[in-house]
Amino acid sequence: MGTPRTLYDKIWDSHVVDQLEDEAYILYIDRHLVHEVTSPQAFEGLRVAGRKVRRPDATFAVADHNVPTKDIEKGITDPESKLQVDTLEANTAEFGIPYFSMTDDRRGIVHIIGPEQGLTLPGMTIVCGDSHTSTHGAFGSLAHGIGTSEVEHVLATQTLVQEKAKNMRVTVHGDLPLGVTAKDIALAIIGKIGTAGGTGHVIEYAGDAIRALSMEGRMTLCNMTIEAGARAGLIAPDETTFEYVKGRPYAPKAGTFEQAVAYWKTLNSDEGAKFDMEVELDASELIPYVTWGTSPEDALPITGSVPAPSDFADEGKRGAAERALKYMGLTAGMKLSDIEVDHVFIGSCTNGRIEDLRAVAKVIEGKKVKSTVNAIIVPGSGLVKIQAEDEGLDKIFEAAGFEWRQPGCSMCLAMNPDKLAPGDRCASTSNRNFEGRQGHGGRTHLVSPAMAAAAAVTGHLTDVRELG
Amino acid sequence: MEKFNKLTAVAAPMPLVNIDTDMIIPKQYLKTIQRKGLGKNLFAEMRYNDDGTEREEFVLNQPAYRNAEILVAGDNFGCGSSREHAPWALLDFGVRCVISTSFADIFHNNCFRNGILPIEVSPEDLSKLMEDAERGANATISIDLEAQEIRGPDGGVIHFEIDHFNKHCLLTGLDEIGLTMKKEDKVAEYEETRKMQQPWL
Repeated sequence: MGTPRTLYDKIWDSHVVDQLEDEAYILYIDRHLVHEVTSPQAFEGLRVAGRKVRRPDATFAVADHNVPTKDIEKGITDPESKLQVDTLEANTAEFGIPYFSMTDDRRGIVHIIGPEQGLTLPGMTIVCGDSHTSTHGAFGSLAHGIGTSEVEHVLATQTLVQEKAKNMRVTVHGDLPLGVTAKDIALAIIGKIGTAGGTGHVIEYAGDAIRALSMEGRMTLCNMTIEAGARAGLIAPDETTFEYVKGRPYAPKAGTFEQAVAYWKTLNSDEGAKFDMEVELDASELIPYVTWGTSPEDALPITGSVPAPSDFADEGKRGAAERALKYMGLTAGMKLSDIEVDHVFIGSCTNGRIEDLRAVAKVIEGKKVKSTVNAIIVPGSGLVKIQAEDEGLDKIFEAAGFEWRQPGCSMCLAMNPDKLAPGDRCASTSNRNFEGRQGHGGRTHLVSPAMAAAAAVTGHLTDVRELG
Repeated sequence: MEKFNKLTAVAAPMPLVNIDTDMIIPKQYLKTIQRKGLGKNLFAEMRYNDDGTEREEFVLNQPAYRNAEILVAGDNFGCGSSREHAPWALLDFGVRCVISTSFADIFHNNCFRNGILPIEVSPEDLSKLMEDAERGANATISIDLEAQEIRGPDGGVIHFEIDHFNKHCLLTGLDEIGLTMKKEDKVAEYEETRKMQQPWL
């Protein structure tokens, strides 16, 4: 027996092509996902240098950030957005890369359609010019965001020059109480370790509460891993994973599938494997979380109050809290459940999957969105939209007063027509509450889909467990 | 990529923690299909009023710091998205070096691909450099990458760590893709073996 290895060690070892220097390795990339915002300069770089895409068959492209979620049939009106999407379409045609166009039912947010299509498989290395690539770690694949120069590097060579990260394990024990979700676990962890808490590490999530999560829940958790500063999040694949992958269009077919599962079952951390850092959490003690400030680490249980800058010992944090309170228009000491919202956004690569939409439907069925609230639901992909409609969820949403949109990144980052106006306050199922993230001057409170639904009904941040 | 070896320049103080990529370059400027021209949009939300006029209080709008080529910033600089537009905007403005106690992983990588040197220092050294930077145009800071040294205006020297590969890339302005392409045989060999072991990939 060799030295016990972590799941990250195993995936890393099986992808090392060569060692360049003491710390720099050439790592093979199995899957490269491409979208319109971070790829034009990379394709241009290839053209200038006369290089080809090494493995178009391992590459996959879709436009999501700039895509409007209303009247898509009319196309994109913003000329810059249109140019970026047209450029992606032209580049994928030129280099022979598979692409789902804006009229294809299978299109959607890149991190939703990867898993949905079976492009995401356990044990793979997956990259994309997008930080939320960490989502795919839910399958036990090593997945992380890269910059545009690295996109070009992967297109040309199917490899990346990487240094190995450290190992961190976050163990979540016990059972999640009713009304508490994967999003709350994510916010609780980030609140605990901070947005730089995972810097330099790959986080493996373990424990009963993680095992009990659906694939959708695991994706939400791994998606938010980047908000803790970690390079990637990982969850060892199990029956839940294999069941999800089986039969998807790009998944291994019968015969090979069994061979793949046999290998995937070896993808877990060995007994006694060394982690550089360990964090533990008790799921049974968690309550729904909300953020009050302008960093995902500004997360607190809904039963709490807005903190005062003087609550922070660190001078930098104190300054950040002061700035955040001013930007967010909040007063220290006010109850979080007294914060009124005028927008609710449900969707994004964090929470735009079918299970998220079902959770929303459960909360709002038979209720109405408060008249002062503008509430939209944006499915993560065309297939999520179709499935939701097959289940009749769209009728529940519309009866309650939600707008039911077409798929895209939407109000998560305001690169398309969906955005907040200055001073607007939004309960959002997305992943970042940075200044201006959802629109210049917009104020974001990150919550789970169930909590967003509750806020839509009451018009203020609300503990979903108390909503009758 | 432009090489980086030595730099003596004005350093602008930004004592905020968690300066995220949305602050460095807001999303409305990500729609470009070029690498150049983003300097005018660097820190746009903090730098300009709604009518497009400059905010006097923002550090890079102050006469002493308009030509700053070094930023001295609070913990966890560059957190958030993978957008390389962040280093492109810094570079286009003229910033070649950022000093902080820590950097977000993807931003850190992106800097090295663009000839920008991110330097990690201790909290004590950061506050010293922050004080130096606050003295304005009369107090320049010198960086020597080869020697791994920062020299303050009063002659004090701070040694910094950097990994060998990234240092080499910056010093030589290395074409990383070209370097990897020289390993074509190894990549092909790897692909062959993998095809046997994991035919579903």
